[in-house]
Amino acid sequence: MADKNARVLKNGYSLEKKEKRTGWIFLMPAVILIAIMSFYPMVRALILSFQTGVGKNMAWTGLSNYIRMFQDKLFIQSLMNTFLYLLIQVPLMLVLALILATMLNNKNLRCKGLFRTLIFLPCATSLVSYAIIFRSLFANDGFVNHVLEAMGLIGTPVAWLTTTWTARLVIIIALIWRWTGYNMVFYLAGLQNIDYSVYEAAAIDGASPWTTFWKITAPLLKPTILLTAIMSTNGTLQLFDESVNLTNGGPANTTLTMSHYIYNLSFQGSPNFGYASALAFVILILVAILAFVQMKVGDTRE
Amino acid sequence: MSKAKRVGSYIFLSICSIFSAFPLYWMVVSATNKSTDVIAGRLIPGNYLIQNWVALLKAQKVGEAMWNSFKYSILLTLLSLFICSLAGYGFEIYHTKGKDMVMKVVLLAMMVPFAATMIPLFQMFSKAGLLNTALGFILPSISTPFLIMMFRQSARSFPHEMIDAARVDGLNEFQIFLQMFFPTMKSTYAAAMTITFMNAWNAYLWPKIIMTNGKSLTMPMLIANLKAGYVTDYGQMMLGVTLCCLPTIVIFFLLQKNFANGITGAVKG
Repeated sequence: MADKNARVLKNGYSLEKKEKRTGWIFLMPAVILIAIMSFYPMVRALILSFQTGVGKNMAWTGLSNYIRMFQDKLFIQSLMNTFLYLLIQVPLMLVLALILATMLNNKNLRCKGLFRTLIFLPCATSLVSYAIIFRSLFANDGFVNHVLEAMGLIGTPVAWLTTTWTARLVIIIALIWRWTGYNMVFYLAGLQNIDYSVYEAAAIDGASPWTTFWKITAPLLKPTILLTAIMSTNGTLQLFDESVNLTNGGPANTTLTMSHYIYNLSFQGSPNFGYASALAFVILILVAILAFVQMKVGDTRE
Repeated sequence: MSKAKRVGSYIFLSICSIFSAFPLYWMVVSATNKSTDVIAGRLIPGNYLIQNWVALLKAQKVGEAMWNSFKYSILLTLLSLFICSLAGYGFEIYHTKGKDMVMKVVLLAMMVPFAATMIPLFQMFSKAGLLNTALGFILPSISTPFLIMMFRQSARSFPHEMIDAARVDGLNEFQIFLQMFFPTMKSTYAAAMTITFMNAWNAYLWPKIIMTNGKSLTMPMLIANLKAGYVTDYGQMMLGVTLCCLPTIVIFFLLQKNFANGITGAVKG
């Protein structure tokens, strides 16, 4: 490239060349770390998923790990559990977050800051902490049973965490509690970019809130909605802390998530890194497919 | 908005606010009450905090876990901010087609779930003797695509005239980054700091994997252990949970704006 305007330095390098080199030096530490801590292990996991054995005695086993998972009742159970959370909790949470953000975006609303702070507050708790709080609230001798008994709604304590469907319900409630405010913040940031006068004009034209939402808010917020949907899907497929600390996967593994099962296979009892890696790759592929589908769906609604 | 609708909004928002705040209120109040009072449904602060405190310190090494958590989180935050901001700055200010390609690959790393890397990471780290070490805790999360992207975005608003002027003044490229970019981008750094510290403080799965000797406990690991015995001591447990939440709640209230910006990754001027 012959750049006529190239400023030549004493040592013979052009300034542009020197700048380019500096740029590479600046970004190298971060890029190398990502390569070693993310991409290299991912490739290692792919190789492991075609092997079987313990420790250093790994032997090639072809696709048997991938075939085995279809007969593994526990894996299928954990897959179903994870998808149950994904299909019920994620849409509920995103719709709730969107409603709250729309309400809080109203200029005439009082105490806006207070509402926003309180709804956002659960984000300040660690995942293990809130799992323990909800486990305690819904324990047999916990606060929820106490209130229900005092109100005379139940005679004997409900075994929330040791009954399949109530345990799942508690996990879903806990997830909604922890993440609704988080998603609401994304929507509020997105709504700030929409000129408020658009809403005032719509109100003057007599548009109902419902029409305003579908004709103005939803289309303009689409990129944000897409982003939160992908993030929530990604997060739900990797659910771990809650499954471990709220229900410990029980009762009878009916709340066990995929990441929890992979952890158990790898680090509890006799480790099975080969098979666990094959399952981990299923998560990776699911994340990729679902992100792709969501992006496609997001695109066609132009 | 009609009056009925406005009242409806207030009621709905109030219910959601109470639902959001109640579990945390219950946590703090329960930390000051006797376990039997917690079970009896007491919702006002009690005077059992000191007894819970003594019992918790006797049962668990809280001081050590607190120290570990602070040590790891602060170390990780400082390193992460430095390396990721340097990279974000490099990607944007010196951008070339080659660097844009590399950035796209870096962003792909966002999609890699931790479950898919944790087993090889564990093998690598045990071979390198990094189990039960601070370095082992922080290495996998120092460089994140999210932070690089955030700093790259804010570098976009950094005026090139400032860089040219600094060059004329004889500053080298690294000095420009340190003395010009860093002070200008305080709000980006504050946002990045809150989210990185938060994630480091809350980390659970990775420390659970590599802190194998039971000595290098962090706060989330410690409170996860607080369930021994047939009878749960709720007062003691909620005090532990409160202590684990305290640093992040303090950050939340002091830096709420930065915290929100950190989560969304979008910082404006």
